Amino acid sequence: MTTPVASGSQAGPGAPDAGPRGVLSRGTVVLGVAVLLGAAALTLLGLWGTPEDRVQGEMVRLIYIHPPAATTAYVGCFLTTVGSVLVLWKRSQWWDLVAGSAAEIAAVFCAITLLTGMLWGKPTWGVFWVWDARLTSTAMLMLLLVGYLALRRLPADREVRSRRAAWLGLLLVPNVILVRQSVEWWRTLHQEPTLSLPGAKIEGLQLFTMSFGFLVFFAAFAWLLVVRFRVAWLEEQVEEQGLDAAIADRRAEAGPTGRADVEAR
Amino acid sequence: MLRDAALVAGKDLRLEARSRVALNQIAPFALLVLILFAFALDPDRGLLARATPGLYWVAVLLCTLLAVQRSFGVEAADGNRDALRLSGLAPGGIFLGKAAAVAVQLLALEVLLGLGVVVLYNTPVGGWLLLGSTCLAATAGVAAAGTLYGVLAAGLRVRETLLPLLLLPVLAPVLIGSTRAFEAALSGAAADGWPWVGLLAVFALVYIVAGALAFGPLLEES
Repeated sequence: MTTPVASGSQAGPGAPDAGPRGVLSRGTVVLGVAVLLGAAALTLLGLWGTPEDRVQGEMVRLIYIHPPAATTAYVGCFLTTVGSVLVLWKRSQWWDLVAGSAAEIAAVFCAITLLTGMLWGKPTWGVFWVWDARLTSTAMLMLLLVGYLALRRLPADREVRSRRAAWLGLLLVPNVILVRQSVEWWRTLHQEPTLSLPGAKIEGLQLFTMSFGFLVFFAAFAWLLVVRFRVAWLEEQVEEQGLDAAIADRRAEAGPTGRADVEAR
Repeated sequence: MLRDAALVAGKDLRLEARSRVALNQIAPFALLVLILFAFALDPDRGLLARATPGLYWVAVLLCTLLAVQRSFGVEAADGNRDALRLSGLAPGGIFLGKAAAVAVQLLALEVLLGLGVVVLYNTPVGGWLLLGSTCLAATAGVAAAGTLYGVLAAGLRVRETLLPLLLLPVLAPVLIGSTRAFEAALSGAAADGWPWVGLLAVFALVYIVAGALAFGPLLEES
């Protein structure tokens, strides 16, 4: 089982470069352990290490994960669009997988952003949801990402799916900008923006913890991206080689008679 | 390219004139939506008249989905997609033609819906210039974006369920802009509405350019 897989990916005539052979490598193991340790340290710092806020009390602790998650989601969207451009430009399968992986992770971080935002909103504003510009445009971003991922999951020829997903991904960031801008105008015409996180006065250990939160989230994003990419790559390899193996099996089934037929001709 | 666009738009509109799908199915659907809104919201308290801009444009967007599905439905049968590719027409022209045909149908539908809200919702109408400009700019944007996402979803097995998910979030700026502009026009504060028409025009321009550029490659594969 292992030998043909290895030789197949090396000697495949159409293979652009030898891709990853497994999900984990030494680099990802080290990074993964670092992310876990970082997350544990962030939890300790965020929940116990830092003091509570004079205005917001315990709720301030969400600031250590909410803005990092939001920023990471935007980074993922940006990467999806960049990857999509490169798919269309260079016809690269590699970037197609990067774009898809980044969008998936961006959707997860977007969900974390919405969830933590709502958890913060309930005690602070008394409701889970207000029709604020930021909340609304984040929800729309989530829906745009879900649409993109839905297209990627369609049963279609890989080449077709990858090109269409690339066009959709290319439109992702322009759409996010258009939606954001219009939502912002929509809300500010009616009311002043009511929420702005009191980030201006943050300092000392709290500032450090928040920066540390960004670091941990970026590292987690990088780790997830690499691993998700490898899984996607291996999935495609299995699909391709599954077809080759099936053809070889059918040929073998035909056995000597089939071969004799061909030779006789 | 514009000549090709006129040819394709003429073809689609001729198809519509003969098959009457928009007239027999989409227009009644639009009226049905207006009546359903009246069931959902209490018609006695003037709520319908106040909510008219939003309800009107939600109805338009729902009809857009049908019009775009139909626009690519006629290309799905008998290998028409390949025929379109082999016709030698400029892809940008095909896009503009299909978008223009959708836009013409939607404009006709908007007139009908306008009559509907005046009669059914008892909405006082004013600010005609702003209303008309909003309709033109919004329809151009909706038709262009709809045609682009329509071809993205066309030919895939689950396109009927995919298109609304892809298209409606993208059309959110149009819904916001056109609703606000209509509100401004109907409340007599037209000056508040014009910036929104500007937003709608920018949206339309972005999608007309993007569609004209992307349509060729999207038609080419698959």
